[in-house]
Amino acid sequence: MKLTPYNNASTAAITKRALVIGGGIAGMQASLDIADAGYEVVLVEREPSIGGHMIQLSETFPTLDCSQCIMTPKMVEVSQHPNIRLMTYCEVEDVTGDVGQFDVRIRKKAAYVDREKCTGCGLCVEKCPTKVPSEFDLSLGKRKVIYVPFPQAVPPKPVIDAENCRFLTSGKCGVCKKVCEVEAVDFEQTDTMIEERVGAIVVATGYDLYAKEKVAEYGYGRYPDVISGLEFERLNSASGPTTGEIRRPSDGKVPREVVFIQCVGSRDREKGVPYCSRICCMYAAKHAMLYKHKVPDGQAYVFYMDIRADGKGYEEFVQRGVEEDGTLYLRGRVSRVFQHGDKIVVWGVDTLAGKKTEIAADMVVLATAVVPAAGSRKLAKALDIVTDEYGFYTEAHLKAHSVESGKPGILLAGCGQSPKDIPDTVAQAGCAASKVTALFSASEVGGSLLDLPMRFTASKSLRE
Amino acid sequence: MKIHYYPGCTLKVTATQFESSAIASAQALGVEMLELQRWNCCGTVYSLANDDLIRQLAPIRNLIRVRNENGNAVTTLCSMCLNTLKSANLLINENPEKKRTINAFMDEEEDYDGGVEVVHLLEILRDRVGFEEVRGKVTQPLSGLRASPYYGCLLLRPEEIGIDRAESPTILEDLLKSMSAEPIDSPYKAECCGSYQTVDKADLVIEKTRDIVSWAARNKAQCIVVSCPLCFFNLDERQKDLAERESGTALLPVFYFTQLLALALGLGAEVCGFQKHVIDPRPLLSSKGFI
Amino acid sequence: MEARLSHATIHSDFVKKVEELSGQDLLACYQCGKCSAGCPIVEEAEILPSQVLRLVQLGQRDDALHSKTIWLCASCYTCVSRCPRGVDLSKIMEALRQIVLRKNLDHVKVSELSRKEMAKLPPIALISNFRKFTG
Ligand SMILES: Cc1cc2nc3c(=O)[nH]c(=O)nc-3n(C[C@H](O)[C@H](O)[C@H](O)COP(=O)(O)OP(=O)(O)OC[C@H]3O[C@@H](n4cnc5c(N)ncnc54)[C@H](O)[C@@H]3O)c2cc1C
Ligand code: SF4
Ligand code: SF4
Repeated sequence: MKLTPYNNASTAAITKRALVIGGGIAGMQASLDIADAGYEVVLVEREPSIGGHMIQLSETFPTLDCSQCIMTPKMVEVSQHPNIRLMTYCEVEDVTGDVGQFDVRIRKKAAYVDREKCTGCGLCVEKCPTKVPSEFDLSLGKRKVIYVPFPQAVPPKPVIDAENCRFLTSGKCGVCKKVCEVEAVDFEQTDTMIEERVGAIVVATGYDLYAKEKVAEYGYGRYPDVISGLEFERLNSASGPTTGEIRRPSDGKVPREVVFIQCVGSRDREKGVPYCSRICCMYAAKHAMLYKHKVPDGQAYVFYMDIRADGKGYEEFVQRGVEEDGTLYLRGRVSRVFQHGDKIVVWGVDTLAGKKTEIAADMVVLATAVVPAAGSRKLAKALDIVTDEYGFYTEAHLKAHSVESGKPGILLAGCGQSPKDIPDTVAQAGCAASKVTALFSASEVGGSLLDLPMRFTASKSLRE
Repeated sequence: MKIHYYPGCTLKVTATQFESSAIASAQALGVEMLELQRWNCCGTVYSLANDDLIRQLAPIRNLIRVRNENGNAVTTLCSMCLNTLKSANLLINENPEKKRTINAFMDEEEDYDGGVEVVHLLEILRDRVGFEEVRGKVTQPLSGLRASPYYGCLLLRPEEIGIDRAESPTILEDLLKSMSAEPIDSPYKAECCGSYQTVDKADLVIEKTRDIVSWAARNKAQCIVVSCPLCFFNLDERQKDLAERESGTALLPVFYFTQLLALALGLGAEVCGFQKHVIDPRPLLSSKGFI
Repeated sequence: MEARLSHATIHSDFVKKVEELSGQDLLACYQCGKCSAGCPIVEEAEILPSQVLRLVQLGQRDDALHSKTIWLCASCYTCVSRCPRGVDLSKIMEALRQIVLRKNLDHVKVSELSRKEMAKLPPIALISNFRKFTG
């Protein structure tokens, strides 16, 4: 069969450069694999640094190895790879063309810092007088208004948060500009548009967590000591707001009784999302264990509906938490959480004993559902690919073409396609990269590997 | 504005102070509550059995009365009446077949179209009068009164008929603020008081009352504010029962929101029927200089 | 403490009757227990509301109908508003009560209530109690 691309371009004209959107572990892995195969990669990340959620994690299941120890060298590798062009603080606006020749318009957001000139000395950050809640620490800590999101950020160069900047809002201050020795601070900077031509695209925009306001019965967003799993990761991180000590947000006390609640928003077709978020069972087990390691005389409880521990070494990990670390598993969903004095009361149930349970906890950690990253639908539209009703990118075929989007030349990796843990994310990213390199090498031999009518039909049927 | 008013039985028997203070307050805020000339008991509890259409006749008949008097909307004060009337309305609107059956059965009546809007007085205050307007009419600010709102179940649940967010309602708090009172938030404000179990399982209700009242007392509330005559009975009467069992329990007066509203609007204690309370609220009110 | 299961028990007329009266899909319930965790009357109950539902799923008619829980239920809709599967348990409770009451087995004997107490009670309390607990 012969390939007939949408635009009738010939197969020979394949631009052997790839665009990777999203710089979490999925996008980083895909970029490195493509770059190692000898092809150029443009990696676009909308935040000031790459790293995604994984760089926020403390230790990772099932091995408990430190997340930053895995991530930091990888991030540096990405930034130094001769084949990778890293574009942080950028967003893909618009894509035209087809496999082999996509024309991509990328918005480079105004950072108010010339990040080429900037040497990353950090003097401006030190001198900036204004502090605001840090996104990276999920508001448990603070950052300056001119900021590098976290110490190991790549690139280690600041941006100015225009909304909170004194100079940009009221014309006063400007300290950062005064202190910068290389005159990199530029309050006049505006967004600029950059055009790139690429032959293939990997979409790796990852996930967000279910919105706080939606779990009113658990008082999330209302009681400071009811936190999300990701917030717990920050509390447990040496680089986090408590330098790794488990201290609750309200008063800094070490919590003695901690309740972890799984399936918050997940598997809840009425108020939340009907699907299983796949990672919460494991990270709740991990959190209970890590908590116990830090607070040996504390008690961890986990409310669960089912324990889904199907990865390599996962079941053993969960059982270790029960037997060695004394995690008490309670089978049932929690109905309500509320503040009572300085305690957080948890009304749950243990369906195995047939009893309603009440625990006066010091802190409650909610395993909130994994949802697609904000903006996924908009990006899908720009890419002309399909999402499901929740906003996860739809694959061409769940079994036979699970990393291909419906549109030839656009591949999917990581949590943007569906919730998954790091091992699965890395595997899928590698797979997406190999499809890209196959595409690039295939064009040299006439593009026979492009001849997958399946992709065309799938994309059509999906779009109808 | 004028609106038809469905009182329900309890407002005419044990909760007359709720009615008198409501009508007077509404009047002062420019809302004339016109009592339906004919009405019957709504059935008090919405029948939850699918085949039990006969029990929908009572609420529907009351809605027909509103239509008979050329009304499009009806207000009510009692949470149970609100629930029953609104639920029956919803049932009819969602099930054309049941609507036909009910209409056919009540052949002596005009057919009911499902179109009468059922609104609680609190909704009128929030959505039509506006709490800012209320604030403007307050002549006796209830400054320094620490009041713990208690919603109970049926003002909020089921969600499709509740008047505010089921898990985090604020309508009573907002009203209290407009009268310069200080609302004391309680985690029990939407927990059930035990409802009609008060008839044959008073002990259960006493336990619920204990949770609700002791939380309020511990958080320095001086009174509890409700909108349902059954919640009122349980918190007032059963609180006294609780106190009889256990000496040393603080006694917190219970108010209908309309009683406080009437005082704040300067309508005086006469419309408030405070003598009907088991726990006399007058010492508190006079200590604050409100009566 | 034994439930004998067969196709016939789990599809019995009793199960169908409960489904019909309540209008609920009993199998939508995945037994998470959230209803029980928030139910105001469980302190008094011998079995949880979710266990009552489970018994019905298993076709265990007598156990379900003899449970005190169905009479403790206050129709407060707390369970309904939080169920992740959209099950209206308050309707299932009502269906079970109805099955008993329609056999003329009153749960509350009006004649046994004290006059004095009755005089104090608001009409809504009395009427709703009788509606729920008498045939
Ligand atoms: C509390 C918690 C604990 C966890 N613990 C573990 C663990 O111990 N072990 C484990 O295996 N897994 C764990 N996980 C799961 C792990 O976080 C994910 O598997 C992994 O981060 C997925 O990587 P990703 O690259 O797909 O997504 P992300 O990490 O979300 O990265 C996506 C990146 O894309 C960027 N982006 C998004 N949209 C755009 C756009 N439109 N344009 C440009 N860039 C965009 C984002 O800024 C982000 O940098 C945990 C998850 C949570 C919530
Ligand atoms: S909350 Fe719903 S799904 Fe969970 S046990 Fe109760 S009825 Fe079943
Ligand atoms: S409706 Fe009945 S079963 Fe449901 S929570 Fe209320 S009392 Fe419990």
